[in-house]
Amino acid sequence: MVIDSTKMKSLADRLAGDEVKGRSLWADARKRFFKNKAAVGGLLVLLLVLAFAVFGTSIARYSNETLDFSVMGQIAEKGGPSLANGHYFGTDDLGRDLFARTVQGTQISLAVGIVGSAIAVLVGTFYGAFAGYVGGRTDNVMMRLVDILMSIPYMFVLILLLVVFGRSIIMLFMGIGLISWLDMSRIVRGQTLSLKHKEFIEAAEATGVSRLTIIRRHIVPNLLGVVAVYATLLVPLMILTESFISFLGLGVQEPLTSWGALISEGAGTMNYGTLWQLAFPLFFFVITLFAFFFVGDGLRDALDPKDR
Amino acid sequence: MALLDVKDLGVSFTTNDGTVNAVNGVNLTLDRGETLGIVGESGSGKSQLAFAIMGLLAQNGTARGSVKFDGREILNAPAAVLNPIRANHIAMVFQDPMTSLNPYMRVSEQMAEVLVHHKGMSKSDALAESLRMLDAVKIPDAKGRIRLYPHEFSGGMRQRVMIAMSLLCRPDILIADEPTTALDVTVQAQIMQLLVELQREFGMATILITHDLGVIAGFCERVMVLYGGRVMEAAPVHPLFADPTHPYTRGLLRAIPRVDHEGGELDSIPGSPPNMTRAQQGCPFAPRCDYAGDDCVQALAPLTEFAPGRWRACNRSLEELA
Amino acid sequence: MFAFIVRRLAIAVPTLLLLIVFSFLLMHAAPGGPFVSERGLPPAVLANLNAKYGLDQPMWRQMLTYVWGIVSDFDFGPSFIYKDRTVNAIIAQGFPVTLTYGAISFVVAVVAGVSLGVAAAIWHNSWLDYLAVGISIGAQVLPNFVMAPILVLVFTLWLGWLPGGGWEGGQWQYLIMPVVALSTSFMASIARITRSSMLEVMNSNHIRTAKAKGLPMRKVIIRHALKPAMLPVVSYLGPAFVTMITGSVVVDMYFSTGGIGKAFVDSALNRDYAVMMGVTILVGTLTVLFNLLVDILYAWIDPKIRY
Repeated sequence: MVIDSTKMKSLADRLAGDEVKGRSLWADARKRFFKNKAAVGGLLVLLLVLAFAVFGTSIARYSNETLDFSVMGQIAEKGGPSLANGHYFGTDDLGRDLFARTVQGTQISLAVGIVGSAIAVLVGTFYGAFAGYVGGRTDNVMMRLVDILMSIPYMFVLILLLVVFGRSIIMLFMGIGLISWLDMSRIVRGQTLSLKHKEFIEAAEATGVSRLTIIRRHIVPNLLGVVAVYATLLVPLMILTESFISFLGLGVQEPLTSWGALISEGAGTMNYGTLWQLAFPLFFFVITLFAFFFVGDGLRDALDPKDR
Repeated sequence: MALLDVKDLGVSFTTNDGTVNAVNGVNLTLDRGETLGIVGESGSGKSQLAFAIMGLLAQNGTARGSVKFDGREILNAPAAVLNPIRANHIAMVFQDPMTSLNPYMRVSEQMAEVLVHHKGMSKSDALAESLRMLDAVKIPDAKGRIRLYPHEFSGGMRQRVMIAMSLLCRPDILIADEPTTALDVTVQAQIMQLLVELQREFGMATILITHDLGVIAGFCERVMVLYGGRVMEAAPVHPLFADPTHPYTRGLLRAIPRVDHEGGELDSIPGSPPNMTRAQQGCPFAPRCDYAGDDCVQALAPLTEFAPGRWRACNRSLEELA
Repeated sequence: MFAFIVRRLAIAVPTLLLLIVFSFLLMHAAPGGPFVSERGLPPAVLANLNAKYGLDQPMWRQMLTYVWGIVSDFDFGPSFIYKDRTVNAIIAQGFPVTLTYGAISFVVAVVAGVSLGVAAAIWHNSWLDYLAVGISIGAQVLPNFVMAPILVLVFTLWLGWLPGGGWEGGQWQYLIMPVVALSTSFMASIARITRSSMLEVMNSNHIRTAKAKGLPMRKVIIRHALKPAMLPVVSYLGPAFVTMITGSVVVDMYFSTGGIGKAFVDSALNRDYAVMMGVTILVGTLTVLFNLLVDILYAWIDPKIRY
């Protein structure tokens, strides 16, 4: 679970070199992407998981908070997955409907992943583009700061943050997003440096366009390929981070839940013979991560076709 | 028996976009001490021809035909046959000395390992011999610099190191693949001069691969002109320059800038080299050729010897071209 | 080389200070003081407590005392919850455990990952390559907190081969599952990085030269390909170390190994800021030191980096 920096760099180099061809690059990429079976499969799975998160609530026969007293106390015997009593995924050890809980966990994990990676991508792109474009001393200081921040064990700091400021979901979004922009800023800076000396940027400078406008209008749009790939690969990492924290019981709080929290509960109760409590959340967690990785890799290979 | 005998050599690559036929049916022979030039534009297959001989094709490449060194078949031969020949009997100088030397290893180590491996020398003997060879390629203060890393040398010096490394075992054949292309113009002449001197001194047979006909004129006895992976014309160097018999060779010669050619524009051959992914039946040069007819698109004329030692592959007769 | 190390240290020290100051400020930004949550403390007692822990001092003073305590004696002060224990004592109890299984996991991940990656690259497109790719793709979605329950399920609950937790002085049967849980995803990442960088190196010009020298494949790989292929792996070691130390928290929680991760989570749940900060700063120091080591290793491999 790491984004391969060599491949990202190769992609960045290629896109910096190819920006002139713009249109055909994306058209070609789309064709190549749809030829890649793993990537298309991943995309399909993602759509299904998304549908599950969106429509799951209306399919569920119970709310995620209702306790089903008919199975309580005999979860291992009666709480298993069953179509008859409407607990499609069974119940958790309190008698709550696991289907409804999984739907909610899916919603929250996806939301944290997407919002977190959006924050990381936004901050990282602008930070990196600014540092790379302005250059000189500013660049030096900004990148040195990134170096320093990179050597901080962020998970511990994040947990510290969550404990100090309270474990709200907003905090989780912000915290996870704000610790993940560092890599992004480095890649973007590198690409900005190579874009900087392209004719069209120099032309814009010569006509007196302001720096910020150049960054916004000319640099950032040309970073789109790298950003898109990175964002796709970042979402699963964000989901992993959130799940990690929730697994420790330091993330989202009851009655809210997430995949990490559900896996943690399932793992805690599996020796009572209620394996479904682990299996269902884990299944969704695993297929979603796989799907994101495949889509991200497929996107990258489509934009940077190279025999590997 | 020729030292090197290449028969009907073909090289093709499988890529995502289909099969690329880089070299088709090339024949060549090389005798001891002889110098042969292979000329062609980039993409003409000249480098792949050399790699195929040395067994250095990329993983997706396959070679057909036959390459005999001293009577022994070495094309697609197993490592046990090839390795004792490489560097020891056939050595190669590559195009880009920056990346072709190992950037993570001291020059001393890179050179010594060749002698330790092939000649079974001790490390210190190998180092002493490497030093002598660096002196032979005229690297100033070789003693002080042999322990440096490649990036600590200038481009020209790096290529000298590369040449010294290739000559360590006193090979029978040296294949120089565009040895000056990656260098500054001023350095190019020095390196070529060095190669001429070394060839005389060591007397090895040499294949010089280049896109620069001017370089060939000063170095080679025989020339082979390659286009689209096929031999267009082959001849001793003087007749070829004085009286080129193939439209492509003529185009190449006209494209050489000359000091005595006052005013006017430099001639160039219109069009660009062929796309090698398409299966070709006709003459690869036909689309760019002023003399081409329908027959040229249909089939390529076989390479025929029309005068002693002079070969051409063209449907047009000499009279038609005159 | 010496100047290089000094320069890296010149970055390392401010990094650590920044981390300390940041965590300190964070702790003080917390609503109320550490003792507010304790029910029904009379104001006089609270004042006494605050005085005992120096919380009545102005903030800059407290910070200086704290930083000085760390710099001069590596002393993180007393715990806010366990009145009779210092942070140092809590850390000293758990740290050897974390260090033991952490170091083993790290070595296992690097050795297994590099071997697998190199083998996959050498026998490119063989069954071994496919296996390596399969493992490394699969392990992406098997982080420690997924591996841990699965291991317990299989080896403890179903097969009954291994104890489901505990430490017992680090006997081997107690070590296996923590090590496997912690190292699997890194092993896979390292294998993946090694494989792709090895493939790239094997296609590079200088390897072609080495082959043209007539060296046997074994020598080409060992003498010419391994070193450059290791560079991306070395740069991954820093982040791997951080994530691994983070993962140790899960191992401590799930396998009850009793390392510092347990102390950290307990303190997080108890709002024992002193212990949290102590652990965070310790981990930060280790990370910074480890990164220094990685930088030196990198410079040693790549001669183009001149200190």
